[in-house]
Amino acid sequence: MEKFISHTGTAVPFRQSNVDTDQIIPSEYLKRITRNGFEDGLFAAWRTEENFVLNKEEYKGASILIAGPNFGIGSSREHAVWALQDYGFAVVISPSFADIFRGNAGNAGLVAIVVDHEAVEKLWDIVEDNPTTPVTVDLEARTVSAGEFIVTFQIDDHTRARLLEGQDEIALTLAHAKEIDAYESARPSWRPLIS
Amino acid sequence: MTRTLAQKVWDQHIIAHESDGPDLLHIDFHLIHEVSTPQAFDGLRLAGRKVRRPDLTLATEDHNVPTLNITAPIADPISRLQIEALRKNVEEFGIKIFKLGDAGQGIVHIIGPELGITQPGMTIVCGDSHTATHGAFGALAFGIGTSQVEHVLATQTLPQAKPKMMAVTVNGSLPHGVTAKDLVLNLIAHAGIGGGQGYIVEYRGQAIEELSMEGRMTVCNMSIEWGAKAGLIAPDQKTFDYLEGRKFAPQGDDWPLAVESWKALATDEGAVYDKEIILDASTMSPFVTWGTNPGQGVPLSGVVPSPNDFTDEGEQQAALKALAYMDLTAGEPMRDIEVDAVFIGSCTNGRLEDLRAAAAILEGRHIAANTRLLVVPGSVRVRLEAESEGLDKVFIAAGGEWRGAGCSMCLGMNPDQLAPGERCASTSNRNFEGRQGQGGRTHLVSPAVAAATAVMGRLAAPADLAR
Ligand code: SF4
Repeated sequence: MEKFISHTGTAVPFRQSNVDTDQIIPSEYLKRITRNGFEDGLFAAWRTEENFVLNKEEYKGASILIAGPNFGIGSSREHAVWALQDYGFAVVISPSFADIFRGNAGNAGLVAIVVDHEAVEKLWDIVEDNPTTPVTVDLEARTVSAGEFIVTFQIDDHTRARLLEGQDEIALTLAHAKEIDAYESARPSWRPLIS
Repeated sequence: MTRTLAQKVWDQHIIAHESDGPDLLHIDFHLIHEVSTPQAFDGLRLAGRKVRRPDLTLATEDHNVPTLNITAPIADPISRLQIEALRKNVEEFGIKIFKLGDAGQGIVHIIGPELGITQPGMTIVCGDSHTATHGAFGALAFGIGTSQVEHVLATQTLPQAKPKMMAVTVNGSLPHGVTAKDLVLNLIAHAGIGGGQGYIVEYRGQAIEELSMEGRMTVCNMSIEWGAKAGLIAPDQKTFDYLEGRKFAPQGDDWPLAVESWKALATDEGAVYDKEIILDASTMSPFVTWGTNPGQGVPLSGVVPSPNDFTDEGEQQAALKALAYMDLTAGEPMRDIEVDAVFIGSCTNGRLEDLRAAAAILEGRHIAANTRLLVVPGSVRVRLEAESEGLDKVFIAAGGEWRGAGCSMCLGMNPDQLAPGERCASTSNRNFEGRQGQGGRTHLVSPAVAAATAVMGRLAAPADLAR
């Protein structure tokens, strides 16, 4: 995973709550076995509608998605995160995320950050007024800024540290190999084993 | 110190604990399927890693598989490739698989319990959000993404921050004809689809105790639909009776030892939850969804709500959008809504009890003209058991289709899909836009309501047939 320190780009105001992963990437795109190339699946059904926000010329090339609360509900498909990344998003901002989505984002290197409802409204207004406004997400300082507006965001410490250092979580865990061995040697004998 | 059921299971699996970081938890069992794993195996290969415990891992084919002509090669080339990738991966890494056509094949959350792999006090994960189904046995079970699948394959552990604990206490008894599915749809509408976010939920109370193991699985299955990380139920005699004698259940001298340890898992008297929701089962009735998320539900006797019924602006917008997508008008009685299709199946309601409930209603009746009925058992074992009871004949005589096992029309990754604009009463768990096929419209219902709806051609309860 690459390090993430801070990012500046333009942002899309996505005024919708409860966006589910079946919308972010419909199931027909989940049949692929590759790790990238999912950009065509991103919001595939909604992108057929002319007025959908991602179709608007002024938001082409944006790398930050500002969404309503409860973003990423539904399935555990990490493809939802990959599709956002493949399309060009580096950051998603929302007042709240579904747990599995937030976890997947952290593991795949998509920065999912939480700011309160008021700040999201403010950010929506700013980028609707002027879609070229540069928005900066500073992971070290935990701030989002757009023009004069600046707000602190939340992200859990562990995920933040991993993103800042670009750490491989599996390698971190494998450092505990001895403890895992010890735990497994004491596991009750009746627990299921497939042989 | 007093502890809750979930707290005890959590504590028993901590391998390493860092004061300001997540706990490193041991994972007792890892279930895998074709959709969320190919990139995880690629990741292992890329890093030169092995699967740490193939003996704690089991694969099945469920999401993509056809439910017709299952012995023919899979027609969709991309689906076929994904199934072939799974077969190649499990062979390379030494993992047992139940393939399409095998007696053990089925939806991942149906076969775990059937085989007796799902046991109280275990940690179970799967790259699938409905993994909480296994919580019905008092296991701590939750869905994970592909990066985490890779993590578990490589280490048999997961770093996890401990969620808060919630109790959902359902007092009283469900009235006759009201089922586990109605109970959980009721709960989600009550709590809101984000209501469980950040929590592990323990379901308890008289109505939960009175549910069969299958009903408990239906309730736990839908934990994710209101945002909960996991949902579980304290094991009791019903749990032990269900497990005893199953293939991977403890055998011989191990059995009493296991039962003793399982009994000790129940939440201690006086243990504190971070939050509690209390519901009264005796006031519940058949419940159906009208919108495009599982929280947008009303009693079947009710009407389609108006966006103005909601106080929150976001909910108003969501309702407006849902009504447009579903092509419904506020104030329309739910019972007037006509359907094109009825789907009975999925990891929510694809077990024998569900098929029996539907068959009891369809026996001696015929489905309405212009309505099609698809009955898809959750596993090959369910299919064979249903056939031995003659349920397949009931469905076929009623005008329905009897299929092979798999996820099927729950998510439309195989050919079983709704056409754009078609409306379906479905016993599955998600009514998101396009979930059952692009442009399709879904009403979530119980198996009994599904069967009655197939007969009437519009949303109906079994009681409507008698009248
Ligand atoms: S039946 Fe539906 S919800 Fe269950 S595992 Fe299959 S696709 Fe997922």
